[in-house]
Amino acid sequence: MKNIKPLIYELKEGLIIALQALRANKVRSILTMLGIVIGITSVVTMSTAIRGIDNSFQSGISALGSDVLYIDKWAWFSNEDWWKIRNRKNMTLDEFSQFKQLVQTPIAVAPVINSRQNVKFGDKVVENVFLNGSNADYVKTTNFTFDLGRFYTESESNGSRYVCVLGSEIAKSLFPMGNGLDKTVKIGGVNYRVVGILSEQGSFILGAFNPDNQVFMPMGTIFKHFANEQRNTITFNVRSKDNASIEDTKIEAEGVMRKIRGLKSGEENNFSINQQEGLLDNYNQTVGVIQVAGFFITGLSLFVGAIGIMNIMFVSVKERTREIGVRKALGAKRRTILSQFLLEASIICLLGGLIGLLFAVLLSSLIDRFITTSIQFEAVTLAIMISLITGVVAGLAPAYTAAKLDPVEALRYE
Amino acid sequence: MNIISIEHIRKMYKIGDVEVHALRDVSLTINRNEYVAIMGPSGSGKSTLMNMLGCLDTPTGGKYDFKGKNVSLMSDNELAEIRNREIGFVFQTFNLLPRSDALHNVELPLIYAGVGSAERKERATRTLIDVGLADRIHHKPNELSGGQRQRVAVARALVTNPAIILADEPTGNLDSKTGDEIMYLFSQIHAAGNTIILVTHEEFVAQHAERIIRLKDGYISSDEMVQNRTIPKLKTEENQQTA
Repeated sequence: MKNIKPLIYELKEGLIIALQALRANKVRSILTMLGIVIGITSVVTMSTAIRGIDNSFQSGISALGSDVLYIDKWAWFSNEDWWKIRNRKNMTLDEFSQFKQLVQTPIAVAPVINSRQNVKFGDKVVENVFLNGSNADYVKTTNFTFDLGRFYTESESNGSRYVCVLGSEIAKSLFPMGNGLDKTVKIGGVNYRVVGILSEQGSFILGAFNPDNQVFMPMGTIFKHFANEQRNTITFNVRSKDNASIEDTKIEAEGVMRKIRGLKSGEENNFSINQQEGLLDNYNQTVGVIQVAGFFITGLSLFVGAIGIMNIMFVSVKERTREIGVRKALGAKRRTILSQFLLEASIICLLGGLIGLLFAVLLSSLIDRFITTSIQFEAVTLAIMISLITGVVAGLAPAYTAAKLDPVEALRYE
Repeated sequence: MNIISIEHIRKMYKIGDVEVHALRDVSLTINRNEYVAIMGPSGSGKSTLMNMLGCLDTPTGGKYDFKGKNVSLMSDNELAEIRNREIGFVFQTFNLLPRSDALHNVELPLIYAGVGSAERKERATRTLIDVGLADRIHHKPNELSGGQRQRVAVARALVTNPAIILADEPTGNLDSKTGDEIMYLFSQIHAAGNTIILVTHEEFVAQHAERIIRLKDGYISSDEMVQNRTIPKLKTEENQQTA
């Protein structure tokens, strides 16, 4: 306990001296801090951004329904040659009827034909909108919720009536004042009556997969105007009972499809069974790359910042050689001098870190306007830790040089 | 009772391949409440001896006892503690911390001694008043005259109640009038019971001491009491005008 007191006074003295030194060399200190400021700003902002992207991806995924399989001619993610996939047979409505009769485990199946057309209301146009033509079962393969109206009915789909359901973003674009229900929109030049408007489902991250940017209508109307039953392939949306049974459903679906296609054992599948897991893998890979690159850049800027601080601390020690001599003559020990300079380096870094955090908070609130996110407590803690550690590491060599100065030499230094 | 006892001390430096013998064989004792001047031309070993006495440096050979403790064998930290508690330095160039006010400069050795803030401030203020700087306590060195700066330095040396005051050319950077004032201050400090070691190359400064030790080429060439000691008087403005 007897040795604790002087240590505290010494540290306090070190703190005063460090702040005095910073105030006396403002420009120099600010320039030195810059590297740390940039490093901390980027590490915190990046973690906030990634968190935001994560959030929207997760919510987007759950809007799609993670228990849905998409049996398709095309593979979402594949290492196979593109031409091999291209040469596959189209999936047909006929195959869908057989499929629907044969499968037992799914709770809903729906055929989907896609197209892209401009959607118009009055003078407002949304170009190249992703259209989903299906039947009334389609809605059972999704988790859709409605702002207004309803999904089209079985009789509407059987009768190929010109009715449609708009994704929330499409509705917002066409009817900025709201209530587009029962209005007639022009899709690819054909009139459709709006019977339902979805509430917001997914997020920007899904792009074309996002139901918010899509329109849904009976598939007969698509075949009549925008697609050809012989030339175009359809997708089977298959919803399993729950997430746990998705593998069983997948195995069953594969078996049934092979039977329909008449494939012998040993022959490759000439269709693909897609699921969101693939989407997730792909996403994780992309984000992983961004993260690695980001942290590398951050690390680099912190490293450069640390070198800057080390440099300025060496200059500071040199400039204050005489002061160090005086302090030693008055009874400062090695550890006193060491801690004084370590403290100074840490304070520069900590201040840089806090300024960096401030910038990060501003940038994060900017990001928050585009994707819902918030600054992470862990990131803040991490940033403060990193800046402190950087300060100590960068200050160690200069502080040690100062601490082991010979008092006689130091006092003689001009 | 002797405070300092030095027996056959040697100090050798190596500058490149050349060996420099700064002190060859020096023995001396200094008693409590002595006022000693150490003199000698440059190169005589005067500075080296001062560094040795101030525990800033350790001898290459011989024995140095400070208050009965062998300093020659002490570690860096132990030397720092001795300097802190037992020795008050006064330098030619004052060596005050430029960014700190007089009070903080005087507090500094007490900080290293682990004295609490309230007591520190109280003792530092009292010492500053003692050296005649009652109205300059919160001035920074660049707001003080040379004589006032040296007074702050003297206060800093006194504040820990050290066993010896070690002054290295304390009047070297002052005009003669302020130099006299500082010498008067030293005589007062001595009269109050302190032990003072004064390093100087100026005869008239050395004449203030009770005893003069002269060094030459690393040896003591003479060590004698001063016969007609200068007892400085405080010269006020009026005194000077009447003189």
